[in-house]
Amino acid sequence: MTRRAEVDARLDAVLREERGRLTAALVRILRDWDLAEELVQEAAVTALEHWPAEGIPRNPGAWLMTAARRKAVDRLRRHARYRERMHELTAQATEMDRPIPTGGPMGADDRLRLLFTCCHPALNREAQVALTLRTIGGLETAAVARAFLVPEATVAQRLVRAKRKIRDAAIPYRVPDPAELPARLAEVLRVLYLVFNEGYLASSGDLPERRELATDAQWLTSLVARLMPDEPEVIGLLALMRLHLARADARFGADGSLILLPVQDRSRWDRAEISRAVELLARAERMNRPGTYQLQAAILATHAVAPSWAETPWSAVVALYDVLLRIEPTAVVALNRALAVAERDGPAPALADLEPLRERLDGYHLYHAARAEMLRRLGRDDEARQANRRALSLTDNPAERRLLEGRLSW
Amino acid sequence: MKYMMLIADSKDGMARSTEEEQATYARIGAWWNEHGAAGRIIEGHELQPSSTATTVRIAPDGGTTVTDGPFVEGKEMVGGYGILDVPDLDAALALASTWPGTATALEIRPIVERDATS
Repeated sequence: MTRRAEVDARLDAVLREERGRLTAALVRILRDWDLAEELVQEAAVTALEHWPAEGIPRNPGAWLMTAARRKAVDRLRRHARYRERMHELTAQATEMDRPIPTGGPMGADDRLRLLFTCCHPALNREAQVALTLRTIGGLETAAVARAFLVPEATVAQRLVRAKRKIRDAAIPYRVPDPAELPARLAEVLRVLYLVFNEGYLASSGDLPERRELATDAQWLTSLVARLMPDEPEVIGLLALMRLHLARADARFGADGSLILLPVQDRSRWDRAEISRAVELLARAERMNRPGTYQLQAAILATHAVAPSWAETPWSAVVALYDVLLRIEPTAVVALNRALAVAERDGPAPALADLEPLRERLDGYHLYHAARAEMLRRLGRDDEARQANRRALSLTDNPAERRLLEGRLSW
Repeated sequence: MKYMMLIADSKDGMARSTEEEQATYARIGAWWNEHGAAGRIIEGHELQPSSTATTVRIAPDGGTTVTDGPFVEGKEMVGGYGILDVPDLDAALALASTWPGTATALEIRPIVERDATS
């Protein structure tokens, strides 16, 4: 007899890994998201009834799939309109019971198809994020709501509307054709990076659910990287996330205050994780199709392997930003380039580079924080304090506020 | 799967005065014929400019009023429509993306089809 607590823990872990795959397989056949989710839930309940007495099966994922499939057949028998799909349910049993994705031809995994549906451009961004986390990431609706600091009813509503649109407008379940793939994959990666940042930028005082978003996004990205091993931008994004996470421990002081890169204690960085991420990035770069995530990762990698802030190869960093600017000519990239210029050439040229960005970035707190820093280095303290006050008025993040407030007391 | 494709233009009505506009109009005709022949567009029409539209409003109490003009006054005016018959939304979006005109917005709306088996 297996102890109940052990069963609970094991089931949680299995569901974390398998919920997305189970749901995706059922959605593909049933074309009904709610039913698919219910069936996975029912299969989990069945597991709680059987596993304590019978022991945990050798392949829990396949066991759950079989249970969900049986429940599906029971339900569908009562509905004539599902008859055709029922045939598919039984016919597909072998494929669905497969314990581990084979990593075969692209699109072999239902989760990948479903991910492209979740991130379809016909859905708005909030819906894409909620669907991806709920369906592929296996998060409960309440957890998604807590992570994004919105009421649970709002997330539930978004999910209902999105699923209804998928059904009624016939948004397909498929990996896009090669011609559409670059744009559609970019959309998926944007959703994953948004989820990551939502968690990574959360301050240490925030709810743990928010911090965990970063790990969830990293997990989802590694899944996409496994399923699409020939897409360098997916690998680039994965390397970027891992490089961020490798120095997560050094980002906050004991009091929860934000510690910026120049003064972070580099001995607290996870060196082994950094070298693995750098190797990963090298693999993407060998594919010779550069992109925004590979470049952002390359910049971060340059910092991650530098022995100190002062010994960072600034010319290399500026050069990487130049390439990034060509691919992604945004004001935020230009702002970051200016900060690297400050280290290479000093605060005056950097401040000159910042000026033309003011119109586009006037509402962005980090723009004013960067100006404040340049002005301070130039000894223009009054203007620096003024810019800091402007930055402070534009952010609610408690850790960032503490940092900016500290600077105002110079 | 059937969709209605509403074609909206910032110019009200399809101008045909310049040579360029005439060429665009001819391309749209060819496009329409091609997809019509392939069964992807099962019907559709160009509409007269919105200045010719008349709106009938029926109030909650059932009373009716008739007013001059389209029911939505906006920057984009519906200038035509087509009924598409394609496998899914991606096919409909791909088709709409090849519309030969410029400065046009195309809204794709699924049509309610009664399920005979339910």
